[in-house]
Amino acid sequence: MPLQRSAVRLTPAGCETVGVIYLDHAATTVVRPEVREAMAPYLDECFGNPSGVHRVSQRAKNAVEDARERAAALLGAARPLEIVFTGGGTEADNLAVAGPVLAAGTGAGVVASATEHQAVLETAAFLARLGHPVTLLPVDGEGRIDPYAVAAAVTEETAVVSVMAANNETGVLQPLRKIAEAAKGASPGVAVHTDAVQAFIAEEITVEETGADLIALASHKLGGPKGMGLLYVRDGVALEPVIHGGGQELGRRSGTHNVAGIVGMVAAMEASVADRADFRRRVGAARNGFEARLAELVPGLEANAPRDARLPQHAHLRIPGIPAETLLIRLDQAGVAAAAGSACHSGAIEISHVLAAMGMSETAAAECVRFSFGWVDEPRDGVAAAEVVAQVIEAMR
Amino acid sequence: MRALVAMSGGVDSSVAAAIMLEQGHDVVGVTLKQWEGADGAMPTAGCCTVGDAEDARRVAAQLDVPYYVLDYVDEFRTGVVERFGAAYMAGLTPNPCIECNRTVRFSALLERTTQLGCDVLVTGHHARVDRDRGRFRLRTAVDGTKDQSYVLHMLGQGELARIRLPVGEMTKAEVRERAAVLGLRTAAKPDSQDLCFVGHGDYRDFLRSHFPAAARPGNIVATDGTVVGSHRGTVDFTIGQRKGLGVAVGEPRYVVDIEPATATVVIGRREDLQVVGCDLEQVSFVAGAPPRDSAVTVKVRYRARPVPADLQRSGGSWRLTFPTPQLAVAPGQAAVFYEGDEVLGGGVITATHPVP
Repeated sequence: MPLQRSAVRLTPAGCETVGVIYLDHAATTVVRPEVREAMAPYLDECFGNPSGVHRVSQRAKNAVEDARERAAALLGAARPLEIVFTGGGTEADNLAVAGPVLAAGTGAGVVASATEHQAVLETAAFLARLGHPVTLLPVDGEGRIDPYAVAAAVTEETAVVSVMAANNETGVLQPLRKIAEAAKGASPGVAVHTDAVQAFIAEEITVEETGADLIALASHKLGGPKGMGLLYVRDGVALEPVIHGGGQELGRRSGTHNVAGIVGMVAAMEASVADRADFRRRVGAARNGFEARLAELVPGLEANAPRDARLPQHAHLRIPGIPAETLLIRLDQAGVAAAAGSACHSGAIEISHVLAAMGMSETAAAECVRFSFGWVDEPRDGVAAAEVVAQVIEAMR
Repeated sequence: MRALVAMSGGVDSSVAAAIMLEQGHDVVGVTLKQWEGADGAMPTAGCCTVGDAEDARRVAAQLDVPYYVLDYVDEFRTGVVERFGAAYMAGLTPNPCIECNRTVRFSALLERTTQLGCDVLVTGHHARVDRDRGRFRLRTAVDGTKDQSYVLHMLGQGELARIRLPVGEMTKAEVRERAAVLGLRTAAKPDSQDLCFVGHGDYRDFLRSHFPAAARPGNIVATDGTVVGSHRGTVDFTIGQRKGLGVAVGEPRYVVDIEPATATVVIGRREDLQVVGCDLEQVSFVAGAPPRDSAVTVKVRYRARPVPADLQRSGGSWRLTFPTPQLAVAPGQAAVFYEGDEVLGGGVITATHPVP
């Protein structure tokens, strides 16, 4: 048969993000222009390694320490050295959970909510394999943790309590201050960790507001570069590092500093904090408009997080009768990007442990989809998105 | 038209996707996640591994078509793997690829095709679908050594109307050549040989680990029931097997029956292996109705040569009679009827009738 090569394009056509209705900002969001600008010199003439004697290193070190100071101020940390730069939010969670337990030694335990991100749960599972006691706390039907349950679960042996500020799937907010108080009431020496990766862009996440001893953040959720995160570590909390090496970050996280990443992340943090009130208003309006319009067009819709205690950017919905796996594909075909559960390496969707912990059946969970808005959205974008999504659902019914 | 192409990561499905594009259709590539290990991860050996999904994804990227992975783990476990184990333990010789086509690929996935916004389902199977005077035909592949029409025999008019098999018109060499010219990374990839869910080792290791009763030691008996030896697990035997019996009686002996429930292997002489007919169940006809002529040719195994047979109704089902006795006809296998290169239909072999 003759070969018609021209009909088959073999070169990939770049990244098509123009024209896509992107409703997956909870997975990752658009990189801010000021972030690119801030990072540029560190991918160019300011290439130095901060760990050195000479002036090239000094310039780099100044940039890192300046960023550290600014990050500390944004979080309300008492001292800049309470900020540990890591290779991402997952790594920060690993350090926050394993660090105190391994430092405390045999018998030291973990108490965490059953809806934590896998970065926390898998670290806890790893510690369990090493023989440390792990207690996972159940959540109610809306995904919330009861502070009393925390107090009841914490013992003298508990090294760390981990409850996320907001859930990455449903967006539900946890009562962090009450949880921290309950934990410390049960055992004053326990370290309280909160994964604030999803919450930081929308909520006031500071040391005082959260009452936490350990706060994990991820750069890319804020419009910064991927592969960069930080862990706030209250002075006095002992941590065994998880990344060993040259002793950077006061021994807590070794490895040559990702100078450009650090500068970029802190620029993203600054922009996020400055924009927070407006983000809540703007993005909240987009999300609310989306949900309201979609509910008008698609009967039977259910929201999975309580309206009064969730992030402004999340719309985690159950669409009865519409399997999420097929819906996401049809949405992609219509140029809409959304998410469900979590993707395994092969790309297939796995049923969410968060929804299971909330008591949802597998069949119901298989009908849940997460739509999430971002810093680039305007209020009117919500209604427009809802109309496209409704059309796709209609075509499937 | 928009075509849903089932991409296994092999060269056949890669080229099938490319041909649909050449013909001017839109393509959506999918890989089926069918099996996961105990930890939920996709297997890393055998067919349909993470590596294979990666290959499929890259070919889709090369062809610039959307690509998704669909979760069929539950359907596959109940419809294929559990059925395979249960059939084996009942003393049958199952063909899980046929059950997969019957319950997953060409039913569940075919139904999904419309839901996924597509018009036809495309696979890289070596077989041909065409239209002849208003009805759809399923025919053997141009490349007789690669023909897979046997495992597609259960398809009917409704299915064939919505299926395309683009590589059936090509020899394997032509498929590889086309892939190489297109620069597809799977051009030189060797064909997967094993059952897709078996992974490391072979189906016997799989049965041993998932159905330990199949690995119980037991007796080897003659057709009259006399114990003539012992074995270390019925998994090591198949109907018609001659070697590895560990029994020396001067003339060749063959496995004529296997009973995993009692861990018994029955051996006999060559004549004991011969059957003059067999009963069938789950019989289907591609045309939707039985052929007018009861004389057909039949394959009783995937690799068997087609032999003449007579197809007759029997009770509520069908039976085949072989004018020339056939060896090693194993219940659980499919019997597929042909007329020349056209598949007429097929069914599952239940009981066999020995030479009277």
